[in-house]
Amino acid sequence: MRESTRDALVKPVFDNNPIAVQILGICSALAVTSSLKTAAVMSVALTLVTAFSNLLISMLRNHTPSSIRMIVQMIVISSLVIVVDQILQAVVYDVAKQLSVFVGLIITNCIVMGRAEAFAMKNPPIPSFLDGIGNGLGYSAMLMAVGTIRELFGSGKLFGFEVLPLATENGWYVPNGLLLLPPSAFFIIGLFIWALRSWKRKQIEQPEFRIAPQTTTQEAH
Amino acid sequence: MSTPKESTRRTLLVAFVLCLVCSVFVAGTAVSLKPVQTGNKILDRKKNILAAAGMYAPGEDSAAEIEENFGRFNVRMVDLNTGAVLGAEDLARAGLRPELYDQLRAAKDPNLSRSLPGEEDIAGIKRREDIAQVYLLEEEGRLQKIVLPVRGYGLWSTLYGFLVLEGDGNTVVGLAYYDQKETPGLGGEVDNPKWKAIWPGKKIYDASGAVAIELVKGVVDPANPQSIHQVDGLSGATLTSNGVEHMLKFWMGDKGFRPFLDKIRGEQS
Repeated sequence: MRESTRDALVKPVFDNNPIAVQILGICSALAVTSSLKTAAVMSVALTLVTAFSNLLISMLRNHTPSSIRMIVQMIVISSLVIVVDQILQAVVYDVAKQLSVFVGLIITNCIVMGRAEAFAMKNPPIPSFLDGIGNGLGYSAMLMAVGTIRELFGSGKLFGFEVLPLATENGWYVPNGLLLLPPSAFFIIGLFIWALRSWKRKQIEQPEFRIAPQTTTQEAH
Repeated sequence: MSTPKESTRRTLLVAFVLCLVCSVFVAGTAVSLKPVQTGNKILDRKKNILAAAGMYAPGEDSAAEIEENFGRFNVRMVDLNTGAVLGAEDLARAGLRPELYDQLRAAKDPNLSRSLPGEEDIAGIKRREDIAQVYLLEEEGRLQKIVLPVRGYGLWSTLYGFLVLEGDGNTVVGLAYYDQKETPGLGGEVDNPKWKAIWPGKKIYDASGAVAIELVKGVVDPANPQSIHQVDGLSGATLTSNGVEHMLKFWMGDKGFRPFLDKIRGEQS
């Protein structure tokens, strides 16, 4: 594999993860990670949409008037998302029902739009396609990691198979109900970001400004 | 910026061609996948009905097995105002086809439903359809099971499900929800098999014919003479439990299936 190809695919997973570093696509990461099955389907859907929207937008980039370029991107992305949604409803109906509106919301997922505007508008089709796959993988890696924790400790299962027998079903494990609720993903993603930035210190952002010290009570007297 | 790419004519052309191509692409996919999607929806509904009636084992989820089990049910259209089962000519006159009837859509159509004033609308559903689709299991010359669609508002969402009664129109076989968005672990426990296992054998109506079924806080005391009408409430989910109770009070009452159930009981005795 050529180095540039590898970079496009691997970099977004750890070095420039769209969720952990760019803090994009958090909304769907909270909503669909309570079970691994929905997280996996959402990952595949988003990866495909990002890859193909990047490919198409890159192919159109030399013909797109800059005055309507955002609209052109939106049309391409939303067409792809509708098609993916329709396919999901036809092929994996159960999962599509659980994902409900979140497939449709891929349209407004900042990762897709962000890559289209930041990368595909300036690069040829093949690198753009790989960039889309890479960012999709970065999103997927995060989703699967969060999904594993939430499903394992929230309902004692992985992909719906029982791993930790639940106390309510004569087992020993008392599940943590918080993990089934969306806010828990905030904590998990936060911990991941912390871990990732401790490992790759380069990702730590410089504070944009420093808070001035409080005025002392002395002056008030 | 006056390159040919940026001219107004070119911009309009690009926009038009792109919209045309995309719309053909989207419409083509939607139309070609429609039959499969409709099939999935119908199959899913049948699966839910079988699950509520306790006739669905987790292993039997192939389409053929579901179709075979579901084939044992007779689909009937019931006029909720009179309780009468509509015959073929009534349906033809109303232009209704049972296999295409969408009860939830009918509930939104002013011609096919009635709006419920506040004091009648205990289930929080706002409108009630005039015609409901029910499923009857008639075997060995007797009515064995009656599957009734029910819905009502809980804490966050409307719960949609099926209540299955025995042929006497009073004894519960099961209650199962196929769509709800209550709090996981609290109200969401309406899907818990252990809680659902409490329902079979409970009686909806008391001796005077009033809807007596209720959810009580804590655990039902079996020594209480009313315990045959009582089900354990969901702990930590008072509002969902109230929602379930109100929904049953509504759908088993005069505005719900009571006229229909009375007719069935009359026919059998």
